[in-house]
Amino acid sequence: MKNQDVWLVVPLFNEATVIGEVIRSARETFPNIVCVDDGSSDNSAEEAARAGAVVVRHPVNLGQGAALQTGFEYALAVPDMRWVATFDADGQHQTSDVLAMLDLARADGLDVVFGSRFLDDRTKPSALKKLVLRMAVGYTNLTTKTRLTDAHNGLRLLSRDVVGRIQITQNRMAHASELVAQIGAMDVRYGESPVHILYTDYSKAKGQSLWNAVNILAELIFR
Amino acid sequence: MKIVLIQVLLIAVVVAVAARLFRSRGARSQALRRLGLLLLAGFAVVSILFPDLWNRIARLAGVGRGTDMVLYALVVAFLSYTVTSYLRFREIETRYTRLARRLALDEAERDFPPAAGSSSAGGDSPTAPDGPRPG
Repeated sequence: MKNQDVWLVVPLFNEATVIGEVIRSARETFPNIVCVDDGSSDNSAEEAARAGAVVVRHPVNLGQGAALQTGFEYALAVPDMRWVATFDADGQHQTSDVLAMLDLARADGLDVVFGSRFLDDRTKPSALKKLVLRMAVGYTNLTTKTRLTDAHNGLRLLSRDVVGRIQITQNRMAHASELVAQIGAMDVRYGESPVHILYTDYSKAKGQSLWNAVNILAELIFR
Repeated sequence: MKIVLIQVLLIAVVVAVAARLFRSRGARSQALRRLGLLLLAGFAVVSILFPDLWNRIARLAGVGRGTDMVLYALVVAFLSYTVTSYLRFREIETRYTRLARRLALDEAERDFPPAAGSSSAGGDSPTAPDGPRPG
């Protein structure tokens, strides 16, 4: 099957209701998925395994950053892995966007492709959320060696080389800016690709709201 | 020298805290820290018995009152304690994250053996006892 050298890394925390469907549909394009269950209290892990993902279970909840790092270390142990794509467990991401990122990376010889909500008009965040995200972008561009349009996007494509050199030490929300900073310091070729984030009723109900955005900004500054 | 109740209480607390910290084991730097703490406890006892000492220090430092001097010293000590605590906490967090990660990855290697796991069809059970053992 195609895309055998791509591994999706999916941090997972209490998404039992949707993770099965997310994994199943993602596996239609990407057969290799590692879900890192970050101490879920529901049966997310079983659902993910049943849908065909490899499941790595944290014995305690550590945070999304820690889950990503665990996923990276798992993927690095797979000899055939060439690319890692970080992918959300709640159905906000689309595999078609990952395919576009792969095409871009291969065409332009990139090591990293960052997804961006602001390169096209498909994604529609609320005005306040947009403002907070823009502030995060401004701060990140000022403090790292990168120039991005979306500093806090969960959809990223990383080459094996980059994955091997990343060391996420921020367990919780600040991992996103730590990733960007480390990639910026590596001086590798990176690009951005437009992605469509689906703000479904489910993800909105989870409270992926302004409060979260404020927390992200706070953690960015008080890293 | 007249002794008031507050002095007795403060001395008792200082001695109790110092005694408790003294009981834990450790290396040379810890020993030095404990000696420092003993000195501090001793100084605390002295300054409780002779409160005017702080007034003297304050005058030397150009501060109005002894109590103000104590307050400033306390603020500095507290801030440095906060920073030290935070760093110590981050160190512990890193160690326990690595521990949890090691455990998680080892279990995954057991439950999803690499040879069978990487291109598994949908519907595999999480544990595959008949799969090949990872080398």
